[in-house]
Amino acid sequence: MTVLVFSENMEVAAELLGKGKELAGELGTKLAAALLGTGVKGKEGELFAYGADVVYVVDHPALTPFFPETYADALAKVVEEAKPEVILIGATKRGKETAPRLATKLNAGCAAGATNLRIDKEKRLLIAERPAISAMVVATEYSKTKPQIATVAPRTFEKPPRDDSRKGEVVEVKVDLTVPEKKVLELKKKEVKGIKIEDAELITSCGRGFRKKEDLKMLEELASLIGATLGCSRPIAADLKWLPEDHWVGLSGHKVKPKMYMAVGISGQVQHLAGMRDSKIIVAINKDPEAPIFKVADYGIVGDLYQVLPALINYLKSRKG
Amino acid sequence: MRVVVCIKQVFDPAELKVDPSTRLLITDGVSKKISDFDKNAIEEAVRLKEKYQAETFVITMGPADAMRALREALAMGIDNAYLLSDPAFENSDTLATAKVLAAAIKKIGNVDLVLLAEASMDGYSGMVGPRLAALLNLPQLTYVRSIVSIGDGKIVVERDLEEGYEVVEAKLPALVTVTKEINEPRFATLPKIMAASKKKVDTWGAAELGLAKEEVGLAGSAIQVMKAEAPVMGRKNIIFQGELQQQVEELVKALVKEGVLKV
Ligand SMILES: Cc1cc2nc3c(=O)[nH]c(=O)nc-3n(C[C@H](O)[C@H](O)[C@H](O)COP(=O)(O)OP(=O)(O)OC[C@H]3O[C@@H](n4cnc5c(N)ncnc54)[C@H](O)[C@@H]3O)c2cc1C
Repeated sequence: MTVLVFSENMEVAAELLGKGKELAGELGTKLAAALLGTGVKGKEGELFAYGADVVYVVDHPALTPFFPETYADALAKVVEEAKPEVILIGATKRGKETAPRLATKLNAGCAAGATNLRIDKEKRLLIAERPAISAMVVATEYSKTKPQIATVAPRTFEKPPRDDSRKGEVVEVKVDLTVPEKKVLELKKKEVKGIKIEDAELITSCGRGFRKKEDLKMLEELASLIGATLGCSRPIAADLKWLPEDHWVGLSGHKVKPKMYMAVGISGQVQHLAGMRDSKIIVAINKDPEAPIFKVADYGIVGDLYQVLPALINYLKSRKG
Repeated sequence: MRVVVCIKQVFDPAELKVDPSTRLLITDGVSKKISDFDKNAIEEAVRLKEKYQAETFVITMGPADAMRALREALAMGIDNAYLLSDPAFENSDTLATAKVLAAAIKKIGNVDLVLLAEASMDGYSGMVGPRLAALLNLPQLTYVRSIVSIGDGKIVVERDLEEGYEVVEAKLPALVTVTKEINEPRFATLPKIMAASKKKVDTWGAAELGLAKEEVGLAGSAIQVMKAEAPVMGRKNIIFQGELQQQVEELVKALVKEGVLKV
């Protein structure tokens, strides 16, 4: 019996190990990680450093490129070996396509995009919270099948401290993999601006209250004055494409919990809130006093952003002297 | 080529509200519609029909009123529709849902391509597509933002991933989930709506699909929901008053006090 974590993304795997340690502690079991890929043998160290007691390694040529079919098959083998009670899978896009494929092979449930996880010790159940019904509510659910599986979005849980002196057990899992009849013809790299909005301590975020792209300059100026990163609502990134997707906050965008999230000209629809409601301080600037964003805000200014932002910028400049 | 689109009728998110005292969702009187991204899947199927003379099918699992969603898909240009409806299907999770859809796709038979949206707008799990692919043992192509070509028993698509756009070729039959960016769904014209309303649409229940009642609905679901409530957001809700200048100054001072700003 173990708690098993998997993500092809090492950062996310580390975050899952942090949470996994807690769950394993509650269950009184070991914490295991799955390491899958080609030429990955010998790279277990990092997983141990972030808390794994055992690392199951599947090193196979068929695991490059990443196909969810083969990864699900390989993970099913690891599950046979490790017999986990709980499996946590990172909800990157690759994780999100692999987890349900694995769960279906195991005829098991899967809590998709869990935002909170705990253990009911008596029943040994994994209790998951996740946004449901267009993110209007948070559903608390468990799975009556075993293993109990959940996917977890990047940055949902804190990365634990790294301890390079930790050692653990390596278990090599032999698999027979059939490669699906698929071929990657090309990978067109996305232009990466290098912003990681999840890391930002302060976020100033824009929505459709802005009338044109050039007007975002105001928000950029504010951001640079206070050292904030720009965020945005879905329409700004997906429909208008005024900012790259890296800035997109919400249910279908990035989940953030900065020290301060300032929503400017954002109405505060639930799908947007799903991505930022854990921010420490929420500030809203909106001309509509009825905008739902004010209900979740700590501080609010009801007003036209075209007046509020310049006033705010001027005042900050005057304070800086 | 035979293409099946799986769609879902959902509560219109714009009309959903939470009862502030119970924190439960109010669904009474809320209208239903086809989940937004499903329309992109329908549109893509219709384009395959126009381009490759594909024969198109649409299926949905839902209550009797989901017939409306099917009629809309027919009006957009889909050829055939089946409603998968049975009291036994109620409260299905993604696993039970995928089982019902898989049974229907097998019953339709000789399917070359299964199309779904990346996720439904209400559940937003993105799990039904991959689960269905697993049950039908099909290669899966998720997050597809463009179907580049179909021919020689193969499909080439462009997938939208975090690190880039991945162009992948897969052998048919295959399952594809599409993103919102793949196309702009058309509106049905009045004559098409009229024609669609006259079309015969069969309903298949558990018996027709050869499914045991224990496999589907709440009984066949792995996930058990204990409760679903609006989250409590304990916030200060301070709205500054007075002249704009004064409001701005108070905001900055409050943020400095919170330790957020250092100016
Ligand atoms: C499945 C699904 C997933 C989704 N995922 C996301 C997501 O990840 N992120 C996301 O953001 N959305 C998401 N959405 C969309 C979401 O429902 C909203 O449509 C979106 O958040 C609205 O963006 P907005 O607030 O910028 O625009 P609007 O809702 O149009 O709001 C604009 C606001 O600006 C205010 N305003 C206008 N002019 C001014 C002015 N001069 N000064 C001050 N205020 C002004 C208005 O009062 C209004 O409140 C999703 C939807 C679905 C169905």
